[in-house]
Amino acid sequence: MALVEVQEIVKIYDVGEVQVKALDGVSLTIEKGEFVAIMGPSGSGKSSFMNLLGCLDKPTKGHYLLDGQDIGRLERDELAEIRNRKIGFVFQGFNLLPRATALENVELPLLYDGVPPGGRASLAAAALANVGLAGRGAHHPNQLSGGEQQRVAVARALVKGAPIILADEPTGNLDTKTSIEIMELFVKLNEESHITLILVTHEPDIAAYAGRIIRFRDGRVVSDEKAVGTRAERTTTAWAKEISR
Amino acid sequence: MINMLWTLKIAIKALQSNKMRSALTMLGVIIGVGAVIAMLAVGTGASQRISQQIQSIGSNLLIVMPGSTTSGGARMGAGTQPTLTLGDAMAIKKECPTVAYVGPSLSGVAQVVYGHTNWSTGIQGTTPDMLALRNWPVSGGRPFTEQDVKSATKVCLLGQTVVDNLFGSEDPVGKVVRIKNIPFKVLGVLAAKGQSAVGQDQDDTVYIPVTTAQKRLFGTSFPGMVRIIMVEARSLEEMDAAQRQITSLLRQRHHLGQKQDSDFSIRNLTQFMEAAEQSSRVMTLLLGAIASVSLLVGGIGIMNIMLVSVTERTREIGIRMAVGAKTRAIRMQFIAEALTLSMIGGITGIIAGVGVSKIISALAGWSTLISPFSVILAFGFSAIVGIFFGYYPAYKASLLDPILALRYE
Repeated sequence: MALVEVQEIVKIYDVGEVQVKALDGVSLTIEKGEFVAIMGPSGSGKSSFMNLLGCLDKPTKGHYLLDGQDIGRLERDELAEIRNRKIGFVFQGFNLLPRATALENVELPLLYDGVPPGGRASLAAAALANVGLAGRGAHHPNQLSGGEQQRVAVARALVKGAPIILADEPTGNLDTKTSIEIMELFVKLNEESHITLILVTHEPDIAAYAGRIIRFRDGRVVSDEKAVGTRAERTTTAWAKEISR
Repeated sequence: MINMLWTLKIAIKALQSNKMRSALTMLGVIIGVGAVIAMLAVGTGASQRISQQIQSIGSNLLIVMPGSTTSGGARMGAGTQPTLTLGDAMAIKKECPTVAYVGPSLSGVAQVVYGHTNWSTGIQGTTPDMLALRNWPVSGGRPFTEQDVKSATKVCLLGQTVVDNLFGSEDPVGKVVRIKNIPFKVLGVLAAKGQSAVGQDQDDTVYIPVTTAQKRLFGTSFPGMVRIIMVEARSLEEMDAAQRQITSLLRQRHHLGQKQDSDFSIRNLTQFMEAAEQSSRVMTLLLGAIASVSLLVGGIGIMNIMLVSVTERTREIGIRMAVGAKTRAIRMQFIAEALTLSMIGGITGIIAGVGVSKIISALAGWSTLISPFSVILAFGFSAIVGIFFGYYPAYKASLLDPILALRYE
């Protein structure tokens, strides 16, 4: 069974009196352990699609089965529980709580699952170590570099052992060197922990890390292709293109 | 499910991040709670004092006073005519079933002499009933008896002020004092009673048998005359009945016809005092109500700040929702913040209120009383204010759309 199964999804937003069709009959499946990049110009519906995949929103029509469960039928609090258990989010702007320490930020999903304080701290510390931030738990976000903040966000996405990480332009606010570090962290998580990664980006060199690229335009999937060659070949070519440009 | 301590910790942290704002919001509650506590303390102190005075006068009291009479077409003022007698008093005691005690009184002012010292004081001729009626025990020696009244013996009871002025530290019981040159044996000392409702020293008095007062000290041409008769009804409910019974009995004894006015009047002292107590209670409530308005205003301040806080932290709410916070968890977080504000404000307000009422009693000399009830009331009220005014902002926060909240700048 596919981890993500999307069938004929339509999403319509009411903007005042005008109805905007953000997704117009999208169907696709993503298997466990895949690394997928979603690309497309702004307004193509890729953000709406990510919101649906992240259970932040429900489809107007069609079905979204996550791990075999139909998301469209769930209530607000049930969606919150799904997000807590199955989905880790990584955002472009990191989205850490500024007043909480790195460790407390990572603990947050555990808190909402009722994990007792002692268990929270040790799980969060382990997740921080996993992203290479062992010992930085007491720092506040403003004491960390952009790359480090994004690592904290990745640790937060990992801490519950969620099978899927959704990353929305995760390198958009980072310089090239840090972007590579973050992408390599994602690759490591995908290859070693078999975490399913779904990544929204509009940078080809970032998309090159993924094993499959899905392109959106006007609310539809216009192409869905497996990448050719090894990851190392793809990324080297992509960087070479980027540099020569 | 959600750890309460963690919630509280987050709440305190959030409040600390904006110390000035939190302090000012709390100030509203502090002033409100402080005002409630102080106003109730002033009011309760006042009614406590009034009820103490009622206690010291005696309860369920009626006062029978001689009335006005008409003399040559001119109507005289109340109490001008000596119309009440010891016989009237005895008859009331005997004939009226609703009456518990009857204390006739014939009083005057005289010089009391002991050895080389003397003291001018009020001499009260009365019966042993008067002590029961006024809840006035004897602290040393013994009271005089009905027998003393019957035989008009020359004995007396001294008030504490008289003892202090004549005897100093000496024990007066068994000693002899002279009043208008007549020797009186001191049988006992009246327990100290303090000031009356009008600030009179109640202990500056000497009690003697009423018959002795009539025959030896304040005798008039009108035999057996007394100035007033104090009556204690058996209960509050029976006071009206007692008043009616006494009226008809005295009218009969004074041979008054249907159309004649009574030559005496009866006053209900307890009613008067209770009216005073009632009005002080109303005043307490009124003060409390006015003070609660400021607590209400403080609550609105909390709501205002919480609404601002929810808007400012929209993105934080979005993040929490994204990682799995349920509606209830978000709501609890903001209610906890409002509650923390109002509770800290409440506790500080109680301390401030206690301080202010102490200052009021020190400066204005009013008696204030902080009842545990008013503290519990104020504390409970501030908790309710926190929950009530915190609920709407919290509810609003909990229903935010996570997508919009995450995108909020």
